[in-house]
Formats: sequence, structure tokens, C-alpha cells
Amino acid sequence: MADALLQVEGLHVTARNAEGETVTIVRDVGFALARGEVLALIGESGSGKTTIALSLLGYARPGCRIAGGRIQLGETEILSLSAGELRDIRGRRVAYVAQSAAAAFNPSRRIMDQVVEAAMIHGTASRAEAESEAVELFRALALPEPFRIGARYPHQVSGGQLQRLMAAMALIARPDLVILDEPTTALDVTTQIEVLRAFKNVVRQRGTTAVYVSHDLAVVAQMADRIIVLRDGQMREEGPTPQILDAPAHPYTQSLLAAAAPRPRAPGSLPEAAPPVLRVEGLTAGYGPADAGGMPLIPVLRDVGFEIRRGAALGVIGESGCGKSTLARVVAGLLPMARGSMRLGEEALPPDIARRTPDQLRRVQLVFQSADTALNPSRTVAQILGRPATFFHGARGAERDRRVAHLLELVRLPKGLADRLPGELSGGQKQRVNLARALAAEPELILCDEVTSALDTVVGAAILDLMDELRRELGLATMFISHDLHTVRAVCDEVMVLYAGQRVELGAGSAMAEAPWHPYTDLLVASVPELRPGWLEQTAAPRTPEAPASRRSACAFFPRCPVAIPGICDRDPPPLRALAKGSEILCHREEAELLQMLPSRKEALV
Amino acid sequence: MSGEALSDVPPPRRRRRWPLLGLLGGAIVVFWLAMAFLGGLVAPHDAGRIVDMDVFTPMTAAFPLGTDYLGRDMLSRILHGTRYTVGVALAATLLASGSGLVLGMAAATRGGWTDLVLSRCLDTLSAMPSKMFALVVVAAFGSSVPVLVLAAGIIYTPGAYRIARSLAVGIAAMDYVRVARARGEGTAYILREEILPNMTGPVLADFGLRFVFIVLLLSGLSFLGLGVQPPNADWGSLVRENIGGLAEGAPAVLMPALAIASLTIGVNLLIDNLGGFRRRGGEGA
Repeated sequence: MADALLQVEGLHVTARNAEGETVTIVRDVGFALARGEVLALIGESGSGKTTIALSLLGYARPGCRIAGGRIQLGETEILSLSAGELRDIRGRRVAYVAQSAAAAFNPSRRIMDQVVEAAMIHGTASRAEAESEAVELFRALALPEPFRIGARYPHQVSGGQLQRLMAAMALIARPDLVILDEPTTALDVTTQIEVLRAFKNVVRQRGTTAVYVSHDLAVVAQMADRIIVLRDGQMREEGPTPQILDAPAHPYTQSLLAAAAPRPRAPGSLPEAAPPVLRVEGLTAGYGPADAGGMPLIPVLRDVGFEIRRGAALGVIGESGCGKSTLARVVAGLLPMARGSMRLGEEALPPDIARRTPDQLRRVQLVFQSADTALNPSRTVAQILGRPATFFHGARGAERDRRVAHLLELVRLPKGLADRLPGELSGGQKQRVNLARALAAEPELILCDEVTSALDTVVGAAILDLMDELRRELGLATMFISHDLHTVRAVCDEVMVLYAGQRVELGAGSAMAEAPWHPYTDLLVASVPELRPGWLEQTAAPRTPEAPASRRSACAFFPRCPVAIPGICDRDPPPLRALAKGSEILCHREEAELLQMLPSRKEALV
Repeated sequence: MSGEALSDVPPPRRRRRWPLLGLLGGAIVVFWLAMAFLGGLVAPHDAGRIVDMDVFTPMTAAFPLGTDYLGRDMLSRILHGTRYTVGVALAATLLASGSGLVLGMAAATRGGWTDLVLSRCLDTLSAMPSKMFALVVVAAFGSSVPVLVLAAGIIYTPGAYRIARSLAVGIAAMDYVRVARARGEGTAYILREEILPNMTGPVLADFGLRFVFIVLLLSGLSFLGLGVQPPNADWGSLVRENIGGLAEGAPAVLMPALAIASLTIGVNLLIDNLGGFRRRGGEGA
């Protein structure tokens, strides 16, 4: 490409590992980028995508070194610049948008001061010009109150807004090249769609040249013209977005695509008459001191009820802050509920751990999201797995070793791992040990809190497969908490949707593919990015308030609901409504109204 | 998809090199610890015997570190004094760090009133200047080895408590502690098996640092004449009694000061490099 804005050739980056040896983490990477083009770097963690993106700024993380290659931006050879010259380039000609906007903003300075900073430092505009440019950018990024948002502090805006403000910060000096490093990974799907739309808009309007780093193929499909697939620091495949998605040539790309669209596991022949393992009614829980009526100061869950049958999986889904992790903690007894009742099999389950019998403790096991914090770093795998075997089953000596070996086999780990410390295992292996520890108790119910969200797609899919097999083999009941609709639908027989601590929808997993839904479920379904270019443009903009409602309305979803009935939805609590597809929702709208008013998105999930 | 689990087994573990400075520090510490027990046996002369008619003699073959203001062999006096400096400081540090650790972990896991009362009481204690507190205690109870150990131990407990408590509070919030709680484990098990092993590194580093502080405090007290009393002498009192030789540049005043410096530097080198030792130790296990 003769008219390329950016040309990278033979890029090598090396790093020093824990043993002090030099290892190559990016090997012989080369590509070119024309002006106005958006290129995606895609790969799993450790594939070198962020390292490559940072090297475009002439930057290598501590311990890393750009060992060879050429990076030509216009007429400038980036890698031959001095520190001072690099400082001049950064922010003016190449700008960077990081994953966590919350960490990238200085909490004690106003947003406007930080957004115009790059223009001030490089002297590309006067303060007044930069501010009017910033307001233009705020408007293009669909930020509320573009004239006034700059006067706020970072903690006064939402996470999605902050992410867009960071894009404004990067674009203020009109750079030639913008690097977006996983800019929506930390956001909820409903927020992600707005941010993506804003990014896409601004990129198109200004003809920005961008490098978009992500692990999410569906997101990249919306943003990029071309995709480079990376693995272990090497380019595996490069091509235009439609080709990569429709006709991937490299086997690794094919496996990525397969993992990105999880096939629903066979729903299994679940006996309808299987007795419930756990039945929860009217559960209300929260934090802070309780008032006279027993309501906690900050209620997190209100009046939630469900049951899980033997061998069944219940999916719990909702955005961050909806109370889904709190639900797992309440069932596990770590946070005693304020009101309601729980039954484990035939007997009542006391809310507090201290009042539960050892047998009840054994029957309910909790698996935490992050295996990094859920495994004691100073104990070996054998000790971690052996303790519950001893604690619940009195296994000692050879019997204990036999149980540990059996557990490792159950989660498909080699026996040799028993003597390792958690720090010596990979992420997927740690999560398997985490799961095996829960299985060691031989429970009836396991509560899985976001067990795959910290893992790469392919590794996560393997864990899901494993859980599904175990459920069948051992007849385990599972509560599967996730923010990812795809994951939940793929592994669960039943799905419960939580919004602001209320159960807004409960129905069979298969019913989640059918309209109508509760308006919130509808929003969730519509927000999950699809693996086809153009999805973002075709999806109706969800209505989301830019500021949280000041007063709590009767239906928590009222301020964001596209079909809300003012005067009713904000005054009266919504009734429980049974739908023809077999689900129950909390809504004032009739089934027929929902069907008619919310566009059908049935194809969205197939 | 179980291929993932089998294929990415990490490479075989490698031995880490012993950090050189850490080894040096360890050697110094081991040497002085050995001298604390064996000093009296290996010393060429009796500590109190006047062996030279001259005073403040420079280093000679007969007296490698010279003689003191009464003509006693300095090498023997330092070796005899090791027992007091290292022994008293070690006992006081064990007392301070041990009680700080126990109280800190109790406060972190019990929380509520236990935490509040313990924290405020120890805050009050740490508000008193350490030298002042030691001087008052010595003035009230007289100077003896048990009084010195107790006083130094109490003075340095609040610091150890603060460190232990903040470490334990952080670890108690980890998911693996929650898992243990959800399993129904007792407080003793959680403290011993889940929390304690994960704070040993920082607690050991704090132990070393506290030892150094106590050595300096005791040496300071002895220099003021309020520490170990004659005829026994620790390094601090050796510096004091030979202060007259300073003008002549006599080794009698320099050597005990050097001994104090070498001990504190050795301990610091050792604890600064504990991370490296620990990693290797963990792998060897």
C-alpha cells in the first residue's frame, strides 16, 4: 500500500520472564493501514495484541523491549524517535483509549480540564478553541448536556459516559491514528451498545484511522474494516472483516468463531417431576442495619422466588449491580436474608451459616468468579481439594489422596498437578480446581458466580462443556450466574432475569428465544452484539436514561422502559403476568401489547 | 475441549538463584546468633579480666580489637556482650511480634467491639514516645534483663499489631476465606490455614525491622547507662564506657559501634531479600 498512513514491518517485542530469560512475545508482525481505515487486532489474553498496540505509540511496558522492526507513521519512523520526540507524537498524532476509563481519569480534576489537556500540551489550539472542539466531540459521542458535562468530575458521570469522554480526550488534538484498547470490555452489554454506536459515529464522521484491540469478535465485526487474528504473538490470519467472519481460513480463527457463538448444549431429558433441590420464596436481602419491618437499609434483592430441581441449571442474568452475586451469597448463607424462606430438599434452610448443619453446608457449594482470589495461593492443589474431603467426609491418608485424584479426573486435569501451587497453573486450570473443590463436598447444588467471565472465550467454552457433563454425570443442580446471555442460554434449562434486585422474568431457557419478553429482557437480548457486520446500525437505539432516576418508582425499570405507561408504571407495583410461552414477567403491559410494541428479535438469538 | 487443560501445563519449575546480598545478610545474622550462644566459649579471655597494663591499645596480634579503658580485651567483651544485645532484642522482638500478630488477627477476624477496643488501646500505647516510655519503666522498676525485654516488647507491640491487623483484614476479605467460611470452618482453622500462611512474608519482614529497632533502642538505653548493668555489658554499654577513647581513635569505641551496625545492616539485607528466599523455599517444598 503506497498511500498507507501506518506501515508496520517485522515488529519484534521481547520480554524478560520470571526466570530472567528473554522471550519473544511479538514475532515478525507487519501490516499497513490506509487513512480512514479501522483495523482490528483480535486474540486471546497473551496473544500480544495490546503489546503491538502500545508499540505503535513507541511504548513498551516495563520489562518489555521493542527488539526490531519498523513502524512508519506517515513520514515518521516511530521507533527511531527520542523520548522527547515521542512525547511530541503521543496525544497529537497517535492517541490511546484504554480499557478502564475510571482508572484513566484523574478523580480530582474536572472532566473538561482533562479532555483539552492534550491540545493544551501540544499547543494545537487555544483553550477556547479546544473547549468548543470538545463540546463538538461530546455531541458527536451522544453525551448528555454537551455544554455542561465538562464541568463535572469523573465520579459524577456513568461508566459508559466516562468511556466516551476518554474517546473525546483522545480525539481532541485530531490525531492521525487512534488506538482503542478493549474500550468496551468492562461495560455491561446495554451500555456497550451505546458506546460502540458513539465510537462508530465519530470514527465515520471524522474519517479517523483507528486500531481496535479486542478479544470479542462480535464487537470487532461492528467496528473494523479489516481484522488481524493473533495468537502467541504471531499473525495467524489477516483479511477484510466479512471474509474473516464468513470464510475463516486459519483453523485458529475457526475455533475462535466456534467459541464466540456457543451452541446450546442439548437441553437434556430433564424429568419434569424431579424434586426441587432448592426452593426460595419472597427472598429480600441487603446491606446495612434493618428497620422495624426487617428491611435492610440498602435492599439489594426484593421478593425473589424460584426453585431449582435436581439435575437442572438455573441461569441468573442481569447487569452489574442487579444483585445476582448477592443472591449466591444469600443462598450460601454468607449474607443472611432479611425476609423470605429457603428450603433445601425437604428441610428449611436457615439463613445464617452458623445455624446450618454440616450436612446442609455440604449440600450447597459456592464457586467464585475469579479463581485467582478463590484459591489460597500458599496451599497446593492437593491441600485445597483434600480439605473439603476431610471436612465433610472424614477422608484421610490414602482415602484422601484417592479422592483428590478422582476429583482431578472429574475436572479433566492431569494428576501431576496435585503438588502445584495455584500460581503455577493457567487460568483455565485454576478455574477447574475451583470447581473441583466445590465437587469435593459431593454437593447437591452448586452456585456458580460468573465462572467463565474472567476466562478467554475458548477456555471458557471448555469450562462450560465440563460443567454440563458434570451436571449430567452427577445429577447436580446448578445456579449459574452470568452477565452474558449467550452463556446462560447455552447451559441453562431455566433463566431468571434480575433487574435492580427484582425478578422481572423467569422462564425456560428455550422460552428466552421467543418473544415477547419483559421490556428489560428485550433490551438485554437486543444488546448482545451479533457476529455480522451492520448489526449495530440495524439495531434500534435502546432508550436509556443518562441520569439515574432520582425517585424510586414502583417499577424499577420505569425510567428506562420504552413501553412504560406514565401514571401507572411509576405508581403501582407491576403485577406478575404469565406468558403463553410459559414464562412469568413482572409488567403492567399485556402480552399482546408487548408483542406489538417491541419489535420481534427472535432471529437475534438463533 | 479438555485438550486445553492437558496441553498448557506450565514448563518445569526452575531453581531461582539465591540473592547474593541476602546470603551476605543471612551469614552476618547467623554469625551473630551463633556468637550469642557460643560467644563466651570462643572468647580468648574472660570478659572482666584486665589483661593489658596499657589502656585503649590499638589492634595488635595479641588483642585483635585492642583493649578498653581498663585494659580488658575488646574482642572478648564484644563476644560476651552479644548474648545481651542479640538475646534481649530477640526475646523482646518475639514478644512484640508474637503478641501483635495474635491480637491483630483476633481483631481482624472478630471485628466489631474486639477490634475497636484493641485498636484504641494499642493506639494509645503507640502515642507514647518509645525512649520516654522505656526511661520511665526503667526508672520505676530498675534495670534488669526481664524489665528490658518486657518494656521493649510492649513498646513495639502496637506497630506489629497494626501490620498484622491490616494484612489479616485484607486476606479475610478474599474469596478463599469466604469459601472456607461457607464450608463452616471454625475461626481457628481459618486463621491458621487460610490467613496466616499468606501473611508470613510481610510479617517476617516486619519482624526483622522490629528487631533492628529494638537493638537500637536497647543500645541507646545502655549508652545512657540505663540498659544492661555492669559488670555485664551489651554493645551499647561498651560504646559508652569507652567513649573516652574516641579522641584517640581507639578501636575500643569503634568496634562495638561497628558490631551494632553490622547486625542491623545484616538483618536488613536478609529481610529485603526474603522474597527471593521464600520463592525458592516454596518450590523446594
